[in-house]
Amino acid sequence: MRHIISVLLENEAGALSRVSGLFSARGYNIESLTVAPTEDATLSRMTIVTAGSDEVVEQITKQLNKLIDVVKVVDLSDGDHIERELMLVKVRAIGRDREEMKRMADIFRGRIIDVTDKDYTIELTGTGAKLDAFLNAIDRAAILETVRTGASGIGRGDRVLKV
Amino acid sequence: MQLTGAEIVVRCLQEEGVEHVFGYPGGAVLFLYDELFKQDKVKHILVRHEQGAVHAADGYARSTDKVGVALVTSGPGVTNAVTGIATAYMDSIPLVILTGQVPTHAIGQDAFQECDTVGITRPCVKHNFLVKDVKDIASTIKKAFYIAATGRPGPVVIDIPKDITTHKTEFSYPDKVSMRSYNPVVKGHAGQIRKAIQMLMSAKRPMIYTGGGVILGDASQQLAQLVRMLGFPCTNTLMGLGGYPATDPQFVGMLGMHGTYEANMAMQHCDVLLAIGARFDDRVIGNPRHFFEQPRKIIHVDIDPSSISKRVRVDIPVVGNVREVLQELIKQLQAAREKPDQAALKSWWAQIKEWRSRECLKYDRASTIIKPQFVIEKLYEVTKGDAFVTSDVGQHQMWAAQFYKFNKPRRWINSGGLGTMGVGLPYAMGVQLAHPKSTVACVTGEASIQMCIQELSTCKQYRLPVKIVNLNNKYMGMVRQWQEFFHGNRYAESYMDALPDFVKLAEAYGHVGMRVEKPADVEPALKEAFARKKDLVFLDFVTDQTENVFPMVPGGKGLSEMILV
Repeated sequence: MRHIISVLLENEAGALSRVSGLFSARGYNIESLTVAPTEDATLSRMTIVTAGSDEVVEQITKQLNKLIDVVKVVDLSDGDHIERELMLVKVRAIGRDREEMKRMADIFRGRIIDVTDKDYTIELTGTGAKLDAFLNAIDRAAILETVRTGASGIGRGDRVLKV
Repeated sequence: MQLTGAEIVVRCLQEEGVEHVFGYPGGAVLFLYDELFKQDKVKHILVRHEQGAVHAADGYARSTDKVGVALVTSGPGVTNAVTGIATAYMDSIPLVILTGQVPTHAIGQDAFQECDTVGITRPCVKHNFLVKDVKDIASTIKKAFYIAATGRPGPVVIDIPKDITTHKTEFSYPDKVSMRSYNPVVKGHAGQIRKAIQMLMSAKRPMIYTGGGVILGDASQQLAQLVRMLGFPCTNTLMGLGGYPATDPQFVGMLGMHGTYEANMAMQHCDVLLAIGARFDDRVIGNPRHFFEQPRKIIHVDIDPSSISKRVRVDIPVVGNVREVLQELIKQLQAAREKPDQAALKSWWAQIKEWRSRECLKYDRASTIIKPQFVIEKLYEVTKGDAFVTSDVGQHQMWAAQFYKFNKPRRWINSGGLGTMGVGLPYAMGVQLAHPKSTVACVTGEASIQMCIQELSTCKQYRLPVKIVNLNNKYMGMVRQWQEFFHGNRYAESYMDALPDFVKLAEAYGHVGMRVEKPADVEPALKEAFARKKDLVFLDFVTDQTENVFPMVPGGKGLSEMILV
């Protein structure tokens, strides 16, 4: 099953490699991993999307907790949560496609953030499924380049992950 | 007053009460060595290879409850130390390893003797640090000792660039550590312990299985009290030997791949299992699927939550320091109204007695060739069961574990998790330095001993009167055994050709060498060797080349599917 795990860890050199090293050493999957400092500059927040049986995910959270730099670990999939991913897509925008691309971006609540006479760069946020849906909706041949951040997640309501 | 980084490191070691540092100098640590030279509180032991330094510090830590300390230079110093670090990590041994690094401005430039120490050691340490500011040295060392010794212990590496050892700052050693990201659990959950007691009381065929956690947690007294109160059988893992007295009638021997028939059968057929400081590893329970075939309830006490329900699903987990948990368990047990089911226990013991009568450890005592088991039995007698015994890895290790009856914790020193050949002699050095008046024997084989043989020189320099019991069968015995059983007797590269004359070799290093070829000479030779209190004696026993370790649970098989003699 797919799980989305949030980790608060010390914002120190090497902390990221401890986490990624753990996943590769123990053979766990990483679908995506995002990390950046929080409002408290001494802490980083990481979101890991992984897949595995309940036993494996239990081990993943335990092993993460065991890392000395890790302050807190929460499996967001245990409860209600929101996840968002940012994607930038560069598409060909010439002739009839130009108008069509603009319309599709609007429908998916994307924004065109860079324009030339031949292409658009569209910024889109949403769940991974929504981003996939956008890519499926437009003409595949028009896609020049895509870049995605991987999911970031947060608990709904008063579920708060804080030190 | 301002001190240099090197001065601070040495002051920190003094503050931590470190008496011995095992190490080997080199370019990146010259300033540290200079400071060690100027004082005499911390004694440096010069090994002959960095692997030996870490193993010796490891043996020192295993035989005491102190943190072992090693000091090596950058680059090859570190890579040589990695085997030692990984060995300690697998067995959860508290170590602090100080490593030199090239100067900060040279890091990443492929400098002479540079390697990414933090990167290379990351998967085999509990934690590691790269010190980038002289102001951080004292707090980092304080943290390192704290992390190494608390929770589930383990090795911690501190990488110190050369220029940092020359920079100056004010020195003060912190007296406390507080880390928001590291707060190991100590006390077990009282409610879980209460549930555990109910489960233990309901048992018809109970079993207590304990591992290295009892040794590391200094909980053997509590374990003995608990086992006697309950009247249950007790088995120890390879790492747990000495945790419960081996001569006690409630002890059913070691379990696992080369465990006793009675221990493995009782483990497989029990209905309630109390696991304490043990981790159900593959060499202990064999095939987990086969283990599950018998329904049983499991209570698991361990300080590391990630050891619980890792290979085997557990019914009642208790996370905490083993000694604290056992104390609470004993307290609640004393207050409890229920008592174990005596009638059920009686028939369970009758069953165990029947398994025992199988005499799974018997061997040919009338043999005219020296049997390795016989040597260990005689070693046990001659040392009155009171020696510190280190071992290397292989058949001799298993025979030592089976035939030397350890009644005390921290007496049996071996590499269980990583299974590192070559540890025996450096372990013995560390143990002998920690216990200068005690008898230390290193049980080894002609293959293992050659992996760190250079340390004979260290033993000479520091006059360490270790007794080396070399079970010489001219084979990598355990490899040969597997080849005999599972590879059609094709002994690929397991024959040790061109062996040195170990007697002459020992003599060349300035020690005493003895070669023993007949069973009748075994006991006199051991007596003579152990009477030489001041000498290192290398006893080269010519043993039966065909002898195998029994019982044996073949890889992938279940605990009750043992090959018996």
